[in-house]
Amino acid sequence: MSNRSFYNEILTEHNMHPDFKHPLPDADLVLEGINPTCGDDIFLRLKVDENDNIVDGAYDGDGCAISQASADIMLGLIVGRPREEALHLADIFIRMIKKDASEEEIEELEEASALRDISHMPSRVKCAVLGWHTLQEIFKPGGRKTAEENAVRMRPRR
Amino acid sequence: MNTKITDCIRCDFPLLIQTNEAYLDNAATSQKPYCVINAVEDFYKHSNANPLRGLYELSVNATDRYEDAREAVAKFIHAGESAEIIFTRNTTESLNLIAYSYGLSNLREGDEIVVSITEHHSNILPWQMVARSTGAKLSYLECEQDGRITDEAIEKTITEKTRLVAVGEVSNVTGRRNPVEKIIEKAHSVGAVTVVDGAQSTPHMAVDVQAMNTDFFAFSGHKLLGPMGIGVLYGRRELLEAMPPFLTGGEMIQTVSREGAVWAELPHKFEAGTVNAADAVGLHAAIDYITGLGFDAITEREDALTAYAMEGMKKIPHLHLIGSEDPAEHNGILNFVIDGVHPHDISAILDADGIDVRAGHHCAQPLLNHLGFRSTTRASLMFYNTEEEVRRLLGSLASVRSRMGYED
Repeated sequence: MSNRSFYNEILTEHNMHPDFKHPLPDADLVLEGINPTCGDDIFLRLKVDENDNIVDGAYDGDGCAISQASADIMLGLIVGRPREEALHLADIFIRMIKKDASEEEIEELEEASALRDISHMPSRVKCAVLGWHTLQEIFKPGGRKTAEENAVRMRPRR
Repeated sequence: MNTKITDCIRCDFPLLIQTNEAYLDNAATSQKPYCVINAVEDFYKHSNANPLRGLYELSVNATDRYEDAREAVAKFIHAGESAEIIFTRNTTESLNLIAYSYGLSNLREGDEIVVSITEHHSNILPWQMVARSTGAKLSYLECEQDGRITDEAIEKTITEKTRLVAVGEVSNVTGRRNPVEKIIEKAHSVGAVTVVDGAQSTPHMAVDVQAMNTDFFAFSGHKLLGPMGIGVLYGRRELLEAMPPFLTGGEMIQTVSREGAVWAELPHKFEAGTVNAADAVGLHAAIDYITGLGFDAITEREDALTAYAMEGMKKIPHLHLIGSEDPAEHNGILNFVIDGVHPHDISAILDADGIDVRAGHHCAQPLLNHLGFRSTTRASLMFYNTEEEVRRLLGSLASVRSRMGYED
């Protein structure tokens, strides 16, 4: 019942008017993230330079407002940053959702901190972290230019 | 709303008295009345012993209560005799029993299995398994956009090669009753065996397996006010007798030697291991409760609630209801989409308002794909729901789009 507040303006705005939901034909990295419990599905695409800086990014997919807005907010935060910083933020975000991040760390997440209340809703946690989890996986070997066959399947909720 | 069953019926259900939530996920599982909870408790308090084996009075009493439950189930669905009633865990296990026991030993390459596209995954996956293992071909009986299965589809899909036809009596997505009698008649005319999934029909309508003339019929206790973990398989005696056991072990044998065994008589041949007697006794209480209310009164109440809900839903812009225009063809199931809002967000918003509904593919992905949806939201009503709960549902639904940032 704590979710009255969490369809806030930041979330609905990113869901209805996403900044990064578009094709990115010259992406260097592509990975599909799937949440089989509810069917949420995103394709994360990144352009990365030779120094591992994320120079551009985009996503598309189908899913609830939380999964889609979370991915949009994430891209707003990580585009323009080096890979290590992006992974650092993903680590904080996932810990925030598990209620395991400090206030100082959550501040680093800027707009993404608007999703912190989802930690009170176990059934929606997977939606919120889908994009971030896909980001962690895309930098592992195998994330390069292979979409469907490399889909990240999140473990079903127990 | 002036119906024979009134809101007072809720006093029979402890959970409904305690909660302020509007429980509208009845197609997933029903709430349990005191009489069911008490019957299970009473069994453990006063009759608990391993049925069917002990020669002492307590075990004999446990056996009697278990077999009385079987008798009650046989009467409830009008089986010819109680030996044709096998207790299982649920509909899924019943359907798997037919698939593994009948399916694997009777189907072969060149045969066709026909499954209706309106099925729950539990009446699809066992047949996919049989098709894969035997080389039989699986084909689908398609439905129209409103969930209707036409006579033409039946005529076209069930062929001379069809050896088994599996169909749900009521769809858990559209709530519509399939024309099972026509399907069974056609199936029998080509010599095929019929399997009817009654999980969604048994809570809402009288079932007569002999009048329906089906070979197999499966349902769960928990959707019809009974406990979880008890289900039923009905099968015609000749078929059950010819079938090999599904599981082997204790309580399903006559004699066992070093080399082999002689199976027990029906129904025990299919009930290996210690049985779930307490929940069978609970199901017996549920059947007595439902029979006491009567399906006429249940249908009157559920149709009135459904009609009220549908009238309200029609007035909500951007909401699209799936299935028939006629409330009587929904069996309490109201499945819908709202433009621009994902079903999971709809269900989260309703949850915030204390309304419990289901969102997703409803374990019927092939049907949803066929109808052109990825996922939908489902409210499902039972006779103990109230007009007030439906009003709350309608109020919340009307606010969903604005709460998701839309201006209209």
